[in-house]
Amino acid sequence: MKKEFKVIADLLPNNTRVLDIGCGDGSLMHLLRIEKNIEVRGLELNQDNVKECIYKGLPVIQGNAETELHQFPDKSFDYVVLSQTLQAFYEPEKVLKNLLRIGKSVIISIPNFGYWKVRIKLLLFGEMPVTKTLPNTWYNTPNLHMCTIKDLFNFCDEKNIIIKKVVGVNENKTSLIRKSNLEIKNLFSKVGIFLIS
Amino acid sequence: MPSLAGLFFWMNIKLDNIKKLDVTKPLKLDCGKTIKNFPIAYETYGKLNDNKDNAILVFHALTGDQFVTGTNPITNKEGWWVTAVGPGRAIDTNKYFVICANVIGGCMGSFGPKDINPVTKKPYGLDFPVITIKDMVKAQESLLEHLGIKKLLCATGGSMGGMQLLQFCATFPDKAFSAVPIACSSSHSAQNIALNELARQAIMADPVWDNGKYVLKNSQPKNGLAVARMVGHISYLSEKGMQEKFGRKLQEKADYEFSFNADFQVESYLRHQGYAFVERFDANSILYITRAMDYFDLSKQFKGGLVEAFKNQKTKFLIISFSSDWLYTTKDNKDIVIALNASGADVSYSEIVTDKGHDSFLLDEPEFLKTLKGFLDSMYEKFKNEKRI
Repeated sequence: MKKEFKVIADLLPNNTRVLDIGCGDGSLMHLLRIEKNIEVRGLELNQDNVKECIYKGLPVIQGNAETELHQFPDKSFDYVVLSQTLQAFYEPEKVLKNLLRIGKSVIISIPNFGYWKVRIKLLLFGEMPVTKTLPNTWYNTPNLHMCTIKDLFNFCDEKNIIIKKVVGVNENKTSLIRKSNLEIKNLFSKVGIFLIS
Repeated sequence: MPSLAGLFFWMNIKLDNIKKLDVTKPLKLDCGKTIKNFPIAYETYGKLNDNKDNAILVFHALTGDQFVTGTNPITNKEGWWVTAVGPGRAIDTNKYFVICANVIGGCMGSFGPKDINPVTKKPYGLDFPVITIKDMVKAQESLLEHLGIKKLLCATGGSMGGMQLLQFCATFPDKAFSAVPIACSSSHSAQNIALNELARQAIMADPVWDNGKYVLKNSQPKNGLAVARMVGHISYLSEKGMQEKFGRKLQEKADYEFSFNADFQVESYLRHQGYAFVERFDANSILYITRAMDYFDLSKQFKGGLVEAFKNQKTKFLIISFSSDWLYTTKDNKDIVIALNASGADVSYSEIVTDKGHDSFLLDEPEFLKTLKGFLDSMYEKFKNEKRI
Protein backbone atom coordinates (compact mmCIF):
# COMPACT_ATOMS: atom_id res chain seq x y z
CA MET A 1 0.00 0.00 0.00
CA LYS A 2 1.33 3.37 -0.98
CA LYS A 3 1.94 5.64 2.00
CA GLU A 4 0.21 8.39 0.10
CA PHE A 5 -3.06 6.42 -0.08
CA LYS A 6 -2.88 5.82 3.67
CA VAL A 7 -2.55 9.57 4.24
CA ILE A 8 -5.46 10.31 1.91
CA ALA A 9 -7.60 7.67 3.64
CA ASP A 10 -6.81 9.25 7.02
CA LEU A 11 -7.97 12.64 5.75
CA LEU A 12 -11.37 11.25 4.74
CA PRO A 13 -14.19 10.73 7.25
CA ASN A 14 -16.20 7.48 7.22
CA ASN A 15 -19.43 7.07 5.26
CA THR A 16 -18.81 9.91 2.82
CA ARG A 17 -19.12 10.08 -0.98
CA VAL A 18 -15.80 10.28 -2.80
CA LEU A 19 -14.86 10.66 -6.46
CA ASP A 20 -11.38 9.41 -7.34
CA ILE A 21 -10.10 11.10 -10.51
CA GLY A 22 -7.55 8.95 -12.31
CA CYS A 23 -8.38 6.04 -10.03
CA GLY A 24 -5.96 3.61 -11.74
CA ASP A 25 -6.65 -0.01 -10.90
CA GLY A 26 -8.92 1.02 -8.02
CA SER A 27 -6.47 0.41 -5.12
CA LEU A 28 -7.42 3.62 -3.31
CA MET A 29 -11.15 3.13 -3.95
CA HIS A 30 -10.93 -0.41 -2.61
CA LEU A 31 -9.12 0.80 0.53
CA LEU A 32 -11.67 3.56 1.14
CA ARG A 33 -14.61 1.23 0.68
CA ILE A 34 -13.27 -1.52 2.93
CA GLU A 35 -11.78 0.58 5.74
CA LYS A 36 -14.04 3.62 5.82
CA ASN A 37 -17.31 2.46 4.24
CA ILE A 38 -16.96 5.27 1.76
CA GLU A 39 -19.22 5.37 -1.31
CA VAL A 40 -16.62 5.55 -4.07
CA ARG A 41 -16.72 6.43 -7.75
CA GLY A 42 -13.77 6.50 -10.13
CA LEU A 43 -12.83 8.16 -13.39
CA GLU A 44 -10.09 6.50 -15.41
CA LEU A 45 -8.76 6.77 -18.95
CA ASN A 46 -6.90 3.48 -19.36
CA GLN A 47 -9.00 0.54 -20.60
CA ASP A 48 -7.09 -2.14 -18.67
CA ASN A 49 -7.41 -0.18 -15.45
CA VAL A 50 -11.13 0.28 -16.07
CA LYS A 51 -11.51 -3.46 -16.56
CA GLU A 52 -9.54 -4.09 -13.35
CA CYS A 53 -11.88 -1.82 -11.36
CA ILE A 54 -14.96 -3.51 -12.82
CA TYR A 55 -13.56 -6.94 -11.86
CA LYS A 56 -13.23 -5.65 -8.31
CA GLY A 57 -16.83 -4.45 -8.37
CA LEU A 58 -15.76 -0.81 -8.13
CA PRO A 59 -17.86 1.71 -10.05
CA VAL A 60 -15.65 3.38 -12.64
CA ILE A 61 -16.30 5.57 -15.63
CA GLN A 62 -13.94 5.41 -18.55
CA GLY A 63 -13.13 8.95 -19.54
CA ASN A 64 -10.71 11.85 -19.63
CA ALA A 65 -10.67 14.22 -16.66
CA GLU A 66 -9.40 17.03 -18.87
CA THR A 67 -12.57 17.05 -20.99
CA GLU A 68 -15.24 15.07 -19.20
CA LEU A 69 -15.63 16.48 -15.70
CA HIS A 70 -18.72 18.40 -16.82
CA GLN A 71 -20.75 15.20 -16.40
CA PHE A 72 -20.58 15.45 -12.62
CA PRO A 73 -23.06 17.87 -11.04
CA ASP A 74 -22.09 20.67 -8.59
CA LYS A 75 -21.28 19.50 -5.08
CA SER A 76 -22.29 15.94 -5.93
CA PHE A 77 -19.43 14.49 -3.86
CA ASP A 78 -18.19 15.19 -0.34
CA TYR A 79 -14.60 14.82 -1.56
CA VAL A 80 -12.88 14.64 -4.91
CA VAL A 81 -9.42 13.05 -4.92
CA LEU A 82 -6.77 13.72 -7.53
CA SER A 83 -3.63 11.75 -6.95
CA GLN A 84 -0.43 12.91 -8.68
CA THR A 85 -1.97 13.91 -11.99
CA LEU A 86 -2.64 17.66 -11.69
CA GLN A 87 0.70 18.40 -13.34
CA ALA A 88 -0.16 16.21 -16.34
CA PHE A 89 -3.17 18.21 -17.53
CA TYR A 90 -3.03 20.77 -20.31
CA GLU A 91 -4.99 23.21 -18.18
CA PRO A 92 -4.52 22.31 -14.51
CA GLU A 93 -6.20 25.50 -13.35
CA LYS A 94 -9.39 24.64 -15.21
CA VAL A 95 -9.35 21.08 -13.90
CA LEU A 96 -8.82 22.32 -10.35
CA LYS A 97 -11.76 24.69 -10.68
CA ASN A 98 -13.93 21.80 -11.83
CA LEU A 99 -12.82 19.64 -8.91
CA LEU A 100 -13.79 22.39 -6.48
CA ARG A 101 -17.15 22.67 -8.22
CA ILE A 102 -17.89 18.92 -8.02
CA GLY A 103 -16.62 18.28 -4.49
CA LYS A 104 -17.40 20.03 -1.24
CA SER A 105 -13.69 19.50 -0.55
CA VAL A 106 -10.81 18.39 -2.72
CA ILE A 107 -7.69 16.37 -1.99
CA ILE A 108 -4.78 16.83 -4.37
CA SER A 109 -1.40 15.22 -4.21
CA ILE A 110 1.58 16.43 -6.23
CA PRO A 111 5.11 15.16 -6.78
CA ASN A 112 7.16 17.97 -5.21
CA PHE A 113 9.55 19.61 -7.65
CA GLY A 114 11.06 21.46 -4.71
CA TYR A 115 12.44 18.25 -3.14
CA TRP A 116 16.17 18.68 -2.45
CA LYS A 117 17.32 15.85 -4.74
CA VAL A 118 15.36 17.37 -7.61
CA ARG A 119 16.91 20.76 -6.94
CA ILE A 120 20.44 19.35 -6.78
CA LYS A 121 20.04 17.46 -10.03
CA LEU A 122 19.19 20.65 -11.85
CA LEU A 123 21.47 22.98 -9.92
CA LEU A 124 24.64 20.91 -9.79
CA PHE A 125 24.35 18.61 -12.78
CA GLY A 126 22.33 20.84 -15.06
CA GLU A 127 20.02 17.98 -16.01
CA MET A 128 16.26 17.51 -15.73
CA PRO A 129 15.69 15.49 -12.55
CA VAL A 130 14.78 11.80 -12.69
CA THR A 131 13.79 10.36 -9.28
CA LYS A 132 11.59 7.60 -7.86
CA THR A 133 8.65 10.00 -7.72
CA LEU A 134 9.50 11.50 -11.11
CA PRO A 135 10.71 8.47 -13.06
CA ASN A 136 10.41 9.83 -16.60
CA THR A 137 12.98 11.69 -18.70
CA TRP A 138 12.30 15.10 -20.21
CA TYR A 139 11.22 13.73 -23.61
CA ASN A 140 8.69 11.16 -22.44
CA THR A 141 7.31 12.66 -19.24
CA PRO A 142 3.54 13.15 -19.11
CA ASN A 143 4.14 16.01 -16.69
CA LEU A 144 3.53 19.34 -18.40
CA HIS A 145 3.17 21.63 -15.39
CA MET A 146 5.56 20.63 -12.62
CA CYS A 147 5.27 22.63 -9.42
CA THR A 148 6.51 22.63 -5.86
CA ILE A 149 4.54 22.42 -2.64
CA LYS A 150 5.27 26.11 -2.17
CA ASP A 151 3.91 26.89 -5.66
CA LEU A 152 0.61 25.17 -4.98
CA PHE A 153 0.46 26.81 -1.55
CA ASN A 154 0.87 30.25 -3.11
CA PHE A 155 -1.53 29.40 -5.93
CA CYS A 156 -4.30 28.56 -3.44
CA ASP A 157 -3.66 31.82 -1.58
CA GLU A 158 -3.83 33.81 -4.79
CA LYS A 159 -7.06 32.17 -5.96
CA ASN A 160 -8.73 32.40 -2.53
CA ILE A 161 -8.85 28.63 -2.23
CA ILE A 162 -9.04 27.59 1.41
CA ILE A 163 -6.21 25.31 2.49
CA LYS A 164 -7.48 23.12 5.31
CA LYS A 165 -4.48 20.85 5.66
CA VAL A 166 -1.23 20.05 3.90
CA VAL A 167 0.71 16.87 4.54
CA GLY A 168 4.25 16.27 3.32
CA VAL A 169 5.31 12.69 2.60
CA ASN A 170 8.87 11.40 2.50
CA GLU A 171 9.06 7.61 2.19
CA ASN A 172 7.21 6.43 5.30
CA LYS A 173 7.35 9.68 7.20
CA THR A 174 4.61 12.25 7.10
CA SER A 175 4.48 15.73 8.53
CA LEU A 176 2.05 18.61 8.69
CA ILE A 177 3.00 21.60 6.58
CA ARG A 178 2.12 25.12 7.68
CA LYS A 179 3.15 28.50 6.47
CA SER A 180 5.76 28.60 9.25
CA ASN A 181 7.60 25.46 8.14
CA LEU A 182 6.83 25.69 4.41
CA GLU A 183 10.40 26.46 3.28
CA ILE A 184 11.97 23.48 5.04
CA LYS A 185 9.14 21.02 4.24
CA ASN A 186 9.24 22.11 0.61
CA LEU A 187 12.85 20.94 0.60
CA PHE A 188 12.35 17.57 2.31
CA SER A 189 8.95 16.27 1.09
CA LYS A 190 8.76 14.06 -1.96
CA VAL A 191 5.01 14.38 -2.21
CA GLY A 192 2.60 17.06 -0.99
CA ILE A 193 -1.02 16.27 -0.16
CA PHE A 194 -3.43 19.21 0.01
CA LEU A 195 -6.91 19.26 1.49
CA ILE A 196 -8.65 22.32 0.06
CA SER A 197 -12.10 23.73 -0.51
CA MET B 1 -36.99 -26.14 -50.16
CA PRO B 2 -40.58 -25.73 -48.95
CA SER B 3 -42.71 -22.93 -50.31
CA LEU B 4 -42.88 -19.81 -48.18
CA ALA B 5 -46.51 -20.46 -47.26
CA GLY B 6 -45.60 -24.00 -46.32
CA LEU B 7 -42.66 -22.74 -44.34
CA PHE B 8 -44.84 -20.41 -42.29
CA PHE B 9 -47.31 -23.17 -41.66
CA TRP B 10 -44.50 -25.39 -40.51
CA MET B 11 -43.08 -22.60 -38.32
CA ASN B 12 -46.46 -22.02 -36.71
CA ILE B 13 -46.74 -25.70 -35.82
CA LYS B 14 -43.30 -25.56 -34.25
CA LEU B 15 -44.24 -22.36 -32.39
CA ASP B 16 -46.94 -24.34 -30.61
CA ASN B 17 -44.24 -26.36 -28.88
CA ILE B 18 -42.30 -23.55 -27.26
CA LYS B 19 -42.58 -22.16 -23.72
CA LYS B 20 -45.40 -19.66 -23.40
CA LEU B 21 -47.03 -17.78 -20.60
CA ASP B 22 -50.60 -16.64 -21.04
CA VAL B 23 -50.78 -13.24 -19.44
CA THR B 24 -54.28 -12.87 -18.03
CA LYS B 25 -53.69 -9.56 -16.26
CA PRO B 26 -54.91 -6.69 -18.53
CA LEU B 27 -52.12 -4.51 -19.87
CA LYS B 28 -52.94 -0.91 -20.73
CA LEU B 29 -50.81 0.07 -23.67
CA ASP B 30 -49.36 3.54 -24.25
CA CYS B 31 -51.62 3.93 -27.30
CA GLY B 32 -54.63 3.74 -24.98
CA LYS B 33 -55.81 0.25 -25.88
CA THR B 34 -55.82 -2.56 -23.34
CA ILE B 35 -54.77 -6.12 -24.10
CA LYS B 36 -55.40 -9.21 -21.98
CA ASN B 37 -55.06 -12.98 -22.26
CA PHE B 38 -52.09 -12.67 -24.54
CA PRO B 39 -49.07 -14.99 -24.90
CA ILE B 40 -45.46 -14.24 -23.96
CA ALA B 41 -43.07 -16.77 -25.45
CA TYR B 42 -39.85 -17.28 -23.51
CA GLU B 43 -36.88 -19.52 -22.97
CA THR B 44 -34.66 -20.16 -19.97
CA TYR B 45 -31.14 -21.54 -19.64
CA GLY B 46 -29.36 -22.89 -16.57
CA LYS B 47 -31.03 -23.43 -13.20
CA LEU B 48 -32.59 -21.03 -10.76
CA ASN B 49 -30.91 -21.71 -7.41
CA ASP B 50 -32.74 -22.09 -4.11
CA ASN B 51 -32.03 -18.53 -3.03
CA LYS B 52 -33.32 -17.27 -6.38
CA ASP B 53 -30.39 -14.87 -6.55
CA ASN B 54 -28.79 -16.00 -9.83
CA ALA B 55 -31.40 -14.86 -12.37
CA ILE B 56 -30.35 -12.77 -15.34
CA LEU B 57 -32.93 -11.31 -17.70
CA VAL B 58 -31.82 -10.72 -21.28
CA PHE B 59 -33.75 -8.31 -23.50
CA HIS B 60 -33.39 -9.02 -27.21
CA ALA B 61 -32.83 -6.56 -30.05
CA LEU B 62 -34.99 -5.71 -33.09
CA THR B 63 -34.66 -9.00 -34.94
CA GLY B 64 -33.75 -11.20 -31.98
CA ASP B 65 -35.92 -13.66 -30.11
CA GLN B 66 -36.04 -15.66 -26.89
CA PHE B 67 -33.54 -18.26 -28.16
CA VAL B 68 -30.41 -16.64 -26.81
CA THR B 69 -28.03 -19.57 -27.00
CA GLY B 70 -27.86 -23.22 -28.01
CA THR B 71 -29.87 -24.14 -31.10
CA ASN B 72 -32.96 -22.15 -31.99
CA PRO B 73 -35.62 -24.90 -32.33
CA ILE B 74 -37.58 -22.93 -34.92
CA THR B 75 -34.77 -21.98 -37.30
CA ASN B 76 -32.32 -24.75 -36.32
CA LYS B 77 -29.62 -22.06 -36.28
CA GLU B 78 -27.41 -20.99 -33.37
CA GLY B 79 -28.96 -18.68 -30.79
CA TRP B 80 -28.24 -14.99 -31.42
CA TRP B 81 -25.97 -14.47 -28.39
CA VAL B 82 -23.96 -17.72 -28.21
CA THR B 83 -20.79 -15.65 -27.98
CA ALA B 84 -21.81 -14.30 -24.57
CA VAL B 85 -24.28 -16.80 -23.11
CA GLY B 86 -23.71 -20.49 -22.43
CA PRO B 87 -21.72 -22.89 -20.25
CA GLY B 88 -18.40 -21.25 -19.33
CA ARG B 89 -19.22 -18.08 -21.27
CA ALA B 90 -19.35 -14.53 -19.89
CA ILE B 91 -22.98 -15.09 -18.89
CA ASP B 92 -22.26 -18.57 -17.60
CA THR B 93 -25.33 -20.80 -17.70
CA ASN B 94 -23.62 -23.26 -15.34
CA LYS B 95 -23.78 -20.52 -12.74
CA TYR B 96 -26.64 -18.24 -13.74
CA PHE B 97 -30.28 -18.73 -14.67
CA VAL B 98 -30.85 -16.85 -17.92
CA ILE B 99 -34.30 -15.76 -19.03
CA CYS B 100 -35.29 -14.19 -22.32
CA ALA B 101 -38.76 -13.41 -23.64
CA ASN B 102 -39.88 -12.57 -27.15
CA VAL B 103 -41.16 -8.97 -27.23
CA ILE B 104 -44.81 -8.32 -27.89
CA GLY B 105 -45.17 -7.23 -31.49
CA GLY B 106 -42.62 -9.92 -32.37
CA CYS B 107 -43.12 -13.14 -34.31
CA MET B 108 -41.53 -15.92 -32.24
CA GLY B 109 -44.63 -16.84 -30.28
CA SER B 110 -45.37 -13.69 -28.27
CA PHE B 111 -48.46 -11.63 -29.00
CA GLY B 112 -47.89 -10.11 -32.45
CA PRO B 113 -49.51 -8.96 -35.68
CA LYS B 114 -49.72 -12.45 -37.15
CA ASP B 115 -51.83 -13.71 -34.21
CA ILE B 116 -55.52 -14.29 -34.73
CA ASN B 117 -57.82 -11.43 -33.79
CA PRO B 118 -60.65 -13.05 -31.75
CA VAL B 119 -63.13 -10.52 -33.12
CA THR B 120 -62.49 -11.09 -36.83
CA LYS B 121 -61.06 -14.63 -36.46
CA LYS B 122 -58.33 -13.50 -38.86
CA PRO B 123 -54.71 -12.44 -38.28
CA TYR B 124 -54.46 -8.89 -36.91
CA GLY B 125 -52.14 -7.44 -39.53
CA LEU B 126 -52.29 -3.67 -39.12
CA ASP B 127 -55.22 -3.97 -36.70
CA PHE B 128 -52.62 -4.96 -34.13
CA PRO B 129 -52.22 -2.05 -31.68
CA VAL B 130 -49.10 0.11 -31.98
CA ILE B 131 -46.85 -0.84 -29.10
CA THR B 132 -43.98 0.90 -27.31
CA ILE B 133 -40.80 -0.17 -25.57
CA LYS B 134 -42.60 0.44 -22.28
CA ASP B 135 -45.41 -1.92 -23.30
CA MET B 136 -42.85 -4.61 -24.18
CA VAL B 137 -41.18 -4.24 -20.80
CA LYS B 138 -44.40 -4.28 -18.80
CA ALA B 139 -45.46 -7.46 -20.59
CA GLN B 140 -42.18 -9.13 -19.67
CA GLU B 141 -42.52 -8.18 -16.04
CA SER B 142 -45.45 -10.60 -15.83
CA LEU B 143 -43.02 -13.35 -16.74
CA LEU B 144 -40.78 -12.58 -13.75
CA GLU B 145 -43.80 -12.75 -11.52
CA HIS B 146 -44.72 -16.09 -13.06
CA LEU B 147 -41.21 -17.45 -12.49
CA GLY B 148 -41.29 -16.25 -8.88
CA ILE B 149 -38.31 -13.93 -9.21
CA LYS B 150 -38.55 -10.88 -6.95
CA LYS B 151 -35.19 -9.40 -7.81
CA LEU B 152 -32.89 -10.15 -10.71
CA LEU B 153 -29.17 -10.43 -10.19
CA CYS B 154 -28.80 -8.59 -13.47
CA ALA B 155 -30.69 -7.49 -16.54
CA THR B 156 -28.89 -6.86 -19.79
CA GLY B 157 -29.41 -6.27 -23.48
CA GLY B 158 -27.85 -4.61 -26.50
CA SER B 159 -29.33 -2.18 -28.98
CA MET B 160 -33.14 -2.27 -28.59
CA GLY B 161 -32.50 -4.71 -25.75
CA GLY B 162 -30.59 -1.92 -24.00
CA MET B 163 -33.48 0.47 -24.53
CA GLN B 164 -35.89 -2.03 -22.99
CA LEU B 165 -33.48 -2.36 -20.09
CA LEU B 166 -33.34 1.40 -19.46
CA GLN B 167 -37.13 1.47 -19.54
CA PHE B 168 -37.29 -1.54 -17.23
CA CYS B 169 -35.03 0.18 -14.67
CA ALA B 170 -37.02 3.42 -14.85
CA THR B 171 -40.40 1.67 -14.56
CA PHE B 172 -39.38 -0.97 -12.00
CA PRO B 173 -36.52 0.65 -10.05
CA ASP B 174 -36.08 -2.20 -7.55
CA LYS B 175 -36.37 -5.24 -9.81
CA ALA B 176 -32.71 -5.55 -10.81
CA PHE B 177 -29.66 -5.55 -8.55
CA SER B 178 -27.49 -4.65 -11.52
CA ALA B 179 -27.95 -3.71 -15.16
CA VAL B 180 -25.75 -3.75 -18.26
CA PRO B 181 -27.20 -1.70 -21.12
CA ILE B 182 -25.01 -2.21 -24.20
CA ALA B 183 -24.68 -0.08 -27.34
CA CYS B 184 -27.99 1.69 -26.91
CA SER B 185 -29.58 5.09 -26.47
CA SER B 186 -32.14 6.72 -24.23
CA SER B 187 -33.98 8.09 -27.25
CA HIS B 188 -33.99 7.48 -30.97
CA SER B 189 -32.13 10.12 -32.95
CA ALA B 190 -33.28 11.58 -36.28
CA GLN B 191 -30.80 9.28 -38.03
CA ASN B 192 -32.11 6.23 -36.15
CA ILE B 193 -35.68 7.10 -37.11
CA ALA B 194 -34.67 7.76 -40.72
CA LEU B 195 -33.03 4.34 -41.05
CA ASN B 196 -36.08 2.65 -39.56
CA GLU B 197 -38.33 4.58 -41.91
CA LEU B 198 -36.23 3.35 -44.82
CA ALA B 199 -36.82 -0.22 -43.65
CA ARG B 200 -40.56 0.35 -43.29
CA GLN B 201 -40.87 2.05 -46.65
CA ALA B 202 -39.08 -0.85 -48.33
CA ILE B 203 -41.66 -3.25 -46.90
CA MET B 204 -44.60 -1.00 -47.74
CA ALA B 205 -43.37 -0.52 -51.32
CA ASP B 206 -43.57 -4.25 -51.92
CA PRO B 207 -46.97 -4.89 -53.59
CA VAL B 208 -47.26 -8.20 -51.72
CA TRP B 209 -47.39 -6.27 -48.45
CA ASP B 210 -50.88 -5.01 -49.35
CA ASN B 211 -51.38 -2.85 -46.27
CA GLY B 212 -50.29 -5.69 -44.06
CA LYS B 213 -52.98 -8.03 -45.39
CA TYR B 214 -50.46 -10.49 -46.82
CA VAL B 215 -50.90 -12.45 -43.58
CA LEU B 216 -54.43 -13.37 -44.68
CA LYS B 217 -52.99 -14.96 -47.81
CA ASN B 218 -50.25 -16.71 -45.88
CA SER B 219 -47.60 -14.95 -47.96
CA GLN B 220 -44.78 -12.52 -47.13
CA PRO B 221 -43.48 -9.35 -48.87
CA LYS B 222 -40.07 -10.91 -49.08
CA ASN B 223 -38.47 -8.44 -51.49
CA GLY B 224 -39.39 -5.48 -49.32
CA LEU B 225 -38.47 -7.27 -46.10
CA ALA B 226 -35.11 -8.32 -47.55
CA VAL B 227 -34.28 -4.71 -48.44
CA ALA B 228 -35.32 -3.65 -44.93
CA ARG B 229 -32.88 -6.18 -43.53
CA MET B 230 -30.10 -4.97 -45.84
CA VAL B 231 -30.53 -1.42 -44.52
CA GLY B 232 -30.16 -2.79 -41.03
CA HIS B 233 -27.05 -4.76 -41.88
CA ILE B 234 -25.29 -1.70 -43.28
CA SER B 235 -25.98 0.20 -40.08
CA TYR B 236 -24.61 -2.62 -37.92
CA LEU B 237 -21.16 -2.50 -39.53
CA SER B 238 -18.60 0.29 -39.49
CA GLU B 239 -17.16 1.84 -42.63
CA LYS B 240 -13.72 0.51 -41.79
CA GLY B 241 -14.98 -2.93 -40.82
CA MET B 242 -16.93 -3.21 -44.07
CA GLN B 243 -13.94 -2.09 -46.11
CA GLU B 244 -11.70 -4.65 -44.42
CA LYS B 245 -14.20 -7.47 -44.77
CA PHE B 246 -15.27 -6.87 -48.39
CA GLY B 247 -13.30 -4.03 -49.95
CA ARG B 248 -13.93 -4.16 -53.70
CA LYS B 249 -13.56 -7.93 -53.81
CA LEU B 250 -15.61 -9.67 -56.48
CA GLN B 251 -17.96 -12.57 -55.77
CA GLU B 252 -16.49 -15.75 -57.28
CA LYS B 253 -15.53 -14.09 -60.53
CA ALA B 254 -12.41 -12.67 -62.13
CA ASP B 255 -13.91 -9.51 -63.61
CA TYR B 256 -17.06 -7.42 -63.83
CA GLU B 257 -19.99 -9.10 -65.50
CA PHE B 258 -21.36 -5.86 -66.89
CA SER B 259 -24.76 -6.74 -65.47
CA PHE B 260 -26.74 -6.08 -62.29
CA ASN B 261 -26.01 -9.41 -60.71
CA ALA B 262 -24.11 -9.39 -57.45
CA ASP B 263 -20.61 -8.73 -58.80
CA PHE B 264 -19.22 -7.47 -55.50
CA GLN B 265 -18.90 -9.57 -52.37
CA VAL B 266 -20.62 -6.90 -50.34
CA GLU B 267 -23.66 -7.10 -52.64
CA SER B 268 -23.76 -10.84 -52.34
CA TYR B 269 -23.49 -10.58 -48.57
CA LEU B 270 -26.40 -8.14 -48.32
CA ARG B 271 -28.59 -10.22 -50.63
CA HIS B 272 -27.85 -13.34 -48.64
CA GLN B 273 -28.57 -11.64 -45.31
CA GLY B 274 -31.76 -10.09 -46.70
CA TYR B 275 -33.25 -13.22 -48.19
CA ALA B 276 -32.23 -15.49 -45.30
CA PHE B 277 -34.06 -13.14 -42.97
CA VAL B 278 -37.46 -13.39 -44.70
CA GLU B 279 -37.61 -17.06 -43.75
CA ARG B 280 -37.63 -16.33 -40.05
CA PHE B 281 -39.23 -12.94 -39.60
CA ASP B 282 -42.61 -11.34 -40.18
CA ALA B 283 -42.68 -8.09 -42.15
CA ASN B 284 -45.45 -6.53 -40.05
CA SER B 285 -43.44 -7.29 -36.92
CA ILE B 286 -40.61 -5.18 -38.33
CA LEU B 287 -43.04 -2.30 -38.78
CA TYR B 288 -44.34 -2.58 -35.23
CA ILE B 289 -41.00 -3.07 -33.52
CA THR B 290 -39.19 -0.30 -35.43
CA ARG B 291 -42.10 2.00 -34.56
CA ALA B 292 -41.69 1.14 -30.88
CA MET B 293 -37.98 2.03 -31.15
CA ASP B 294 -38.73 5.35 -32.85
CA TYR B 295 -41.24 6.32 -30.19
CA PHE B 296 -38.69 5.60 -27.47
CA ASP B 297 -37.61 8.71 -25.61
CA LEU B 298 -37.13 7.96 -21.94
CA SER B 299 -36.65 11.60 -20.96
CA LYS B 300 -40.07 12.49 -22.38
CA GLN B 301 -41.76 10.23 -19.84
CA PHE B 302 -40.43 12.18 -16.87
CA LYS B 303 -40.87 15.85 -16.11
CA GLY B 304 -37.30 16.36 -15.04
CA GLY B 305 -35.94 14.50 -18.07
CA LEU B 306 -33.53 11.61 -18.04
CA VAL B 307 -32.08 12.47 -14.61
CA GLU B 308 -35.56 12.15 -13.11
CA ALA B 309 -36.03 8.79 -14.89
CA PHE B 310 -33.16 7.37 -12.85
CA LYS B 311 -33.96 9.08 -9.56
CA ASN B 312 -33.63 6.91 -6.45
CA GLN B 313 -32.07 4.22 -8.57
CA LYS B 314 -30.47 1.47 -6.45
CA THR B 315 -29.48 -0.63 -9.45
CA LYS B 316 -25.76 -0.81 -10.20
CA PHE B 317 -25.16 0.03 -13.83
CA LEU B 318 -22.44 -0.84 -16.31
CA ILE B 319 -22.86 0.95 -19.63
CA ILE B 320 -20.82 -0.37 -22.56
CA SER B 321 -20.35 1.27 -25.94
CA PHE B 322 -18.24 0.41 -28.99
CA SER B 323 -15.94 3.01 -30.52
CA SER B 324 -16.96 2.34 -34.16
CA ASP B 325 -20.71 2.07 -33.54
CA TRP B 326 -22.38 4.86 -35.52
CA LEU B 327 -25.93 3.64 -34.92
CA TYR B 328 -25.88 4.08 -31.14
CA THR B 329 -22.73 6.07 -30.63
CA THR B 330 -20.41 6.44 -27.68
CA LYS B 331 -21.98 9.86 -27.15
CA ASP B 332 -25.50 8.36 -26.99
CA ASN B 333 -24.26 5.93 -24.36
CA LYS B 334 -22.35 8.59 -22.44
CA ASP B 335 -25.49 10.70 -22.21
CA ILE B 336 -27.01 7.85 -20.24
CA VAL B 337 -23.93 7.76 -17.99
CA ILE B 338 -24.16 11.51 -17.43
CA ALA B 339 -27.83 11.25 -16.45
CA LEU B 340 -27.11 8.37 -14.09
CA ASN B 341 -24.26 10.34 -12.55
CA ALA B 342 -26.45 13.38 -12.12
CA SER B 343 -29.06 11.28 -10.34
CA GLY B 344 -26.34 9.87 -8.05
CA ALA B 345 -26.69 6.29 -9.29
CA ASP B 346 -23.94 3.67 -9.06
CA VAL B 347 -22.63 3.64 -12.61
CA SER B 348 -19.64 2.27 -14.47
CA TYR B 349 -18.85 2.89 -18.09
CA SER B 350 -16.48 1.36 -20.60
CA GLU B 351 -15.89 2.10 -24.26
CA ILE B 352 -14.58 -0.93 -26.13
CA VAL B 353 -12.23 -0.01 -28.96
CA THR B 354 -13.12 -2.04 -32.05
CA ASP B 355 -13.70 -1.68 -35.83
CA LYS B 356 -16.67 -4.00 -35.82
CA GLY B 357 -19.40 -1.38 -35.38
CA HIS B 358 -22.75 -1.84 -33.69
CA ASP B 359 -22.64 -5.60 -34.28
CA SER B 360 -19.73 -5.89 -31.83
CA PHE B 361 -21.98 -6.89 -28.95
CA LEU B 362 -22.98 -10.05 -30.83
CA LEU B 363 -19.44 -10.98 -31.81
CA ASP B 364 -16.54 -12.65 -30.06
CA GLU B 365 -15.05 -9.36 -28.84
CA PRO B 366 -12.71 -10.46 -26.01
CA GLU B 367 -12.37 -7.11 -24.19
CA PHE B 368 -16.14 -6.70 -24.14
CA LEU B 369 -16.84 -10.23 -22.97
CA LYS B 370 -14.16 -10.06 -20.25
CA THR B 371 -15.61 -6.81 -18.96
CA LEU B 372 -19.12 -8.24 -18.94
CA LYS B 373 -18.00 -11.38 -17.13
CA GLY B 374 -15.96 -9.46 -14.55
CA PHE B 375 -18.89 -7.22 -13.77
CA LEU B 376 -21.43 -10.06 -13.46
CA ASP B 377 -19.19 -12.16 -11.24
CA SER B 378 -18.44 -9.26 -8.89
CA MET B 379 -22.13 -8.34 -8.78
CA TYR B 380 -23.09 -11.92 -7.94
CA GLU B 381 -20.74 -11.88 -4.92
CA LYS B 382 -22.26 -8.60 -3.75
CA PHE B 383 -25.83 -9.68 -4.32
CA LYS B 384 -25.30 -12.88 -2.35
CA ASN B 385 -23.80 -10.93 0.54
CA GLU B 386 -26.58 -8.37 0.48
CA LYS B 387 -29.22 -11.07 0.53
CA ARG B 388 -27.51 -12.78 3.45
CA ILE B 389 -27.61 -9.56 5.48
